[in-house]
Formats: sequence, C-alpha cells, structure tokens
Amino acid sequence: METLSFEFPAGQPARQRAQVGCVGSGDLEVLLEPGPAGRLNIQVVTSVNGSAERWRHLFERMFAGANPPALNVDIHDFGATPGVVRLRLEQALEEVSNV
Amino acid sequence: MSDLNALLHSRSFVELGARQRVAALLDRGSLRELLDPFARIKSPWLEAQGIVAQADDGVVVAKGTLGGRPAVVAAIEGNFQGGSLGEVGGAKIAGALELAAEDNRNGIPTCAVLLLETGGVRLQEANLGLAAIAEVQAAIVELRQYQPVIGVVAGPVGCFGGMSIAAALCSHLLVTREARLGLNGPQVIEQEAGLDEYDSRDRPFIWSLTGGEQRFACGLVDAYVADDVVAIHDRLLAILEQPGEALPRSRQYARFLDLLGRYDAVPQADAAAVRALYQGDQA
Repeated sequence: METLSFEFPAGQPARQRAQVGCVGSGDLEVLLEPGPAGRLNIQVVTSVNGSAERWRHLFERMFAGANPPALNVDIHDFGATPGVVRLRLEQALEEVSNV
Repeated sequence: MSDLNALLHSRSFVELGARQRVAALLDRGSLRELLDPFARIKSPWLEAQGIVAQADDGVVVAKGTLGGRPAVVAAIEGNFQGGSLGEVGGAKIAGALELAAEDNRNGIPTCAVLLLETGGVRLQEANLGLAAIAEVQAAIVELRQYQPVIGVVAGPVGCFGGMSIAAALCSHLLVTREARLGLNGPQVIEQEAGLDEYDSRDRPFIWSLTGGEQRFACGLVDAYVADDVVAIHDRLLAILEQPGEALPRSRQYARFLDLLGRYDAVPQADAAAVRALYQGDQA
C-alpha cells in the first residue's frame, strides 16, 4: 500500500462535492471536495506499490493546462487500471459541475 | 414475466451499489445520509494491515421516509472487502437501529430496512467486528418490539456468518433468487466437511441448498421477490402496511428444534429432503 500526493494549478473552487466508485477489486473510490482557489490537490491511497509514475502521467494528461476547478481529491484505489481511474474521475467531475 | 415491455423496463436491484440501493428505496427527496463518506469515519485497523480503507467503511446509513413512514435504511456494500462487517460499519448499523428504537419511545414510529450483502465479520478486525455484530443483533431485537425491522438479501454476495443470525432476527426477511443465506459460506463448509460432501464450485448445488428460493420454500424467509427495484420497493411497502401478528421466527425455536431433531444426517442432504423436513411432513 502506498500514499501519493499531487498538485496542479486550477481555477475557482468547485461548487459542490461528489463521491463515486467503491474500494472493490479493480475499482476505486473518488471523493471530490471544493478546495482553495487556484489549486487542485490529489491524495492517492493505492494497494499497488511502485505506481507513482503511472498516476502522475494520468493526472498530467487530464489536468495539466486544462484549468480544472479547485478541488481536494481523495482516491482510495484497489488496483484499478488507468482506464477505470480516468472514467471514475470524469464521472466525479461531471457530478461536481452539475449544479 | 412474459410481458416483454416489463422485462425491458425492469431495473435490477442486485446490480446497484449500496448507496444507489438506499436511494432507490427511500421516498424521493427524503434521503439524509448519516456519517456519509465525507465524515471519513473509516476503519482504523485496515491501513495498519496494508489494506486500503473505504471512506464509509462499506456501510451506508440513511434516514428518510418509506411510503411516508419514518424509516432508517442501512446497506452493506458487498464489493468492499466482501461486505465484511468491522467495528465502524457494525457500529453505524447498530447506532442507527438504537436511534430508531429511541424514536419509537419518543412517539416517532421509525421502522428499519437492512440491505444485507455480507460474508459476516471482517476477520482483520476480529473480536471488535464480532462485538459490533452482537450489538446489531441486540438492536434488531430491541427495535422489532416497536416497528418492523425488514432484512433484504438481494445478492450476489448473500448473507453469512454472524450477519445471517442478524438476518434471522429481523421481523421480516425478503430474498431474491440471487440471494444465499447460511451460517457458513460454501468454501468454509467444503474445507470442514470435504469436497465429497459439499463442492463449493458446484453452483446449482449451492443455490439448491442455500439459495433464496430454497430458503423461502423452507419457511426460513417471508418473501421471495424478483430482482427488480419496483418489486422489492412495493413488497417492503406492503409489509409495512400489514406487518402481521406472527411470532418472530427466533421465538419459534421450539418448533425448529423439533424439526431439526428429526433430521437424519447420514444420507447426503438434497434440496427436496431439506424442504420436506422444514415443511414438517417427513418423519
């Protein structure tokens, strides 16, 4: 098990919070909460060791230069593939943007 | 179920996660989750053992109304650690049931629905999990004096271990064909009794003995419903409308002990023999 932290530039805080997914085999739980303006903070707890680079690439592809809303993101991962992670993140982002 | 239109528009209950199940049952707009994931009351024991914890410890508890009646619904998430019940998840369910009993003493007729998908105690939390399950059982017995405590085993995990005793203590128990209900799970029985006696990979055999249909035929559960959100919701409302005056099954132990006393354990049990035994027409 590993705990990883990431930070990206962001815009204004999101207006609400969202929770999606489950810490089940091959899946993950994502919790989004509005964060301080200008920052997207991500904390990942994952059952898979040595996967920091993979997470970094995935988040860079999604958030670098994309001006996401300011959020604190908590991820509890149980061996999800990058495709599943991306789907869950997109699902959660859609929920926080549906006001 | 020959109505094609009904089949095309039916919504599976089994496929829903714990939080979706609770939302599907409570009256629209009435749901208020207690200790939601953002409260972050999770297991303090799992991470120390190298296991990723879930923010709600795999238990969703919500208050709301069911057909206009005050209700508390608790659901166990079968996909998180096999629906195992630890210290926190168990305390959430027991606390919710105790508060519902308190409501009743204060003149608010709060009933309870337990959506059980669980292998029983979470082994990583050992005695703390067992103690929590004992509290859940005591709280069910307390609340059922006032209002129905309805257990629902929908599947696919089923309900085993100490939580199968909790299910049996419910005032009403509802199952689908996907459900299984038993004290020991198939692999535990196979390990203890041997492959010849109980092959845990023989799914038709397992369901023929512990599946929802068999449990209903044996009179160990009260209702056998289709895996359909509307069917389960309507059956819950029907039970709340007319809970009946029947003695709780756990108070009928003399009758069950008499039936079990007649059981001949030498021949291999099969579904038909077990049904006949419970139906009381076998010597």
